[in-house]
Amino acid sequence: MKSPPKKRWSWRSRTARGLIYQGLAVLLIGLLFWFLAHNTARNMTVRGIQSGFDFLAQTAGFDIGESLFAFDSEQPYWRAFLVGLVNTIRVAALGIILTTVIGTLIGIGRLARNLLVRSLCGAYVEFFRNVPILLQLLMWYLLFTEILPAADAAWRLNTWLGPVFLSKGGLNFPAPVATETGWEISLPIQGEFAVEHGGALTPEFLALLLGLTIYTAAFVAEVVRAGIQSVPRGQTEAASALGLSRAHSMRLILLPQALRVIIPPMTNQYLNLTKNSSLAVAIGYPDVVSIANTAINQSGRAVECIAIIMLIYLSTSLLTSVLMNWYNAKAAIRER
Amino acid sequence: MGGMRWLRVNLFGDWKTSLATLMVGLLFMYWLPQLLDWALFRARWLTNADACRLDGAGACWSVVAEKYRIILLGRYPQEEQWRPLIATCLMVGLLVASCLRACWRRGLIVAWVAVLTTFFILMYGDVAGLSKVETDRWGGLPLTILLASLSIPTAFPLALAIALGRRSNLPAIRSLCTIFVELVRGVPLISVLFMASFMFPLFMPPGLSIDVLIRVLAGISLFSAAYMAEVIRGGLQSIPRGQEEAAATLSLSYWQTQRLIVLPQALATVVPGLMNNFIAIFKDTSLVTIVSLYELTGALSLALNSDADWRPFKIEGYIFIALIYFTFCYAMSRYSLWVEREVNKGKAR
Repeated sequence: MKSPPKKRWSWRSRTARGLIYQGLAVLLIGLLFWFLAHNTARNMTVRGIQSGFDFLAQTAGFDIGESLFAFDSEQPYWRAFLVGLVNTIRVAALGIILTTVIGTLIGIGRLARNLLVRSLCGAYVEFFRNVPILLQLLMWYLLFTEILPAADAAWRLNTWLGPVFLSKGGLNFPAPVATETGWEISLPIQGEFAVEHGGALTPEFLALLLGLTIYTAAFVAEVVRAGIQSVPRGQTEAASALGLSRAHSMRLILLPQALRVIIPPMTNQYLNLTKNSSLAVAIGYPDVVSIANTAINQSGRAVECIAIIMLIYLSTSLLTSVLMNWYNAKAAIRER
Repeated sequence: MGGMRWLRVNLFGDWKTSLATLMVGLLFMYWLPQLLDWALFRARWLTNADACRLDGAGACWSVVAEKYRIILLGRYPQEEQWRPLIATCLMVGLLVASCLRACWRRGLIVAWVAVLTTFFILMYGDVAGLSKVETDRWGGLPLTILLASLSIPTAFPLALAIALGRRSNLPAIRSLCTIFVELVRGVPLISVLFMASFMFPLFMPPGLSIDVLIRVLAGISLFSAAYMAEVIRGGLQSIPRGQEEAAATLSLSYWQTQRLIVLPQALATVVPGLMNNFIAIFKDTSLVTIVSLYELTGALSLALNSDADWRPFKIEGYIFIALIYFTFCYAMSRYSLWVEREVNKGKAR
């Protein structure tokens, strides 16, 4: 192969200008960062703010309302952040599962032949999509803390597993617990002041889960609807020509094909739900942002705490994208 | 289509749809009267708090009648409240005008500058005999609308630059833009707002302090620029390669190609997407409550939390501001549908 003729270097050549532009851009960004870092360092010395991540090993000095593992104020900050992280993951994972189910049902419902079902699902989407998630969370929290009966007069619902209680104290339900002899089911009992035993979910957790699920389900419903509508009409007609019922053609023909269109925007909705779970700080659920907020107020290490929040969310987002891309690659059309 | 036929098609197709109709219908018949009874028939409209506490009282809309000033305008001084009122009306008028096709001309930019200036003069005062009102007393609806609508002219140019940068063939610029977009989209808005309120003062040279409203506005603008950039990039990608190649054969430069060929086509297709962005920003302004700015959501807490008489009726207050948000967002989403149809008119066959 012949190498291209060597061009004379000139200010007017495209390559040269490209190099100059890029050099300038990098220089500008570099200067900006240097300026910010320099100011921050100076401000910190002037105000006597300590910096560094060494505070993570110090005693936290605050208690956390709910935690999957034992935590008290004697333990270090990093354990507190871990509790927050686990709480975030717990609400996000449950929320993602619930929102997928509810959103898919409502999305399918928007395409129903029945006018009542169709318009009911449409009204759901329009209403919940157009009201800020923070406001919805605050409303759910208010419902859980004001409208429900007090814990000594909880609503009781008998299920085949055992009683379920709902009150200002949260939701109490039968749950398996480990004992010396193995697993057994612990049933909640109405105590004098509160519901005791069994598994329990706090009103903060319930409000956050419900708010996130109901808000995101409205968006998921739209994603699902658009996905189903992207499947050509001929597919439905072919399915009914084969004598498949509407439910069958939805399950066997439409949804599998729609899935390819649905997965990428669905990933975005999952990420949104996870990021929106940071609003827990407004209703006092101890997720990672609320813990960081408390830690900022206690230790004064704003820069470090905010960096930790951002790092955690960035890695969660990245992890979710990787997982969903893998799933997307599996669901994609295999072409020759 | 006759009435019976309509019923059969829409409500009683086969036994399954009929069953669904009956079940949903029964639920409606059970809940709807109760809801209407609470919200309208037994509701208290212009009473005092005690009347709302009586047995049998439904929704207490009196709380809105009593507190609407604080809910809508926050801590703005009582006797000066005509100023935010006029400012808000101007701003809403400007937004509506920006949506009308007849107003899409150069003069609109002048109008934006004029209205924004008037808005700030009216709100801040300190000139022409108006008393000075510090930004920390601004609140309620004017603040919500200000945050949402100011973030558009500030975020859009940045978003445009980033979108072009992500498609540039200069590797350094491309990666800088990609890193910015991915970083911002990976973190929640609340962390950006925390940054604006806690860290931003540290970033500035000692002695220089910037108003918290400006800091929060900068945070929201940077945040929405990343999302907007992705929408614009989608539009840029939808333009066939042949367009740029044709421009190159006409020996147009990069900037001429973008300005005359690519952007006019790309931006027209992304208007609905940008509208959705704007709706998202409008809703997201509610988060500034968490960093103690009293926009609509914060103003409600401000109005009710300190008043033990009215606090039990907070849910009615929430419903009131939820309706305000809903009205704005729903109108915008309808408008976005209309724009989408307009844009696709040329493509229809």
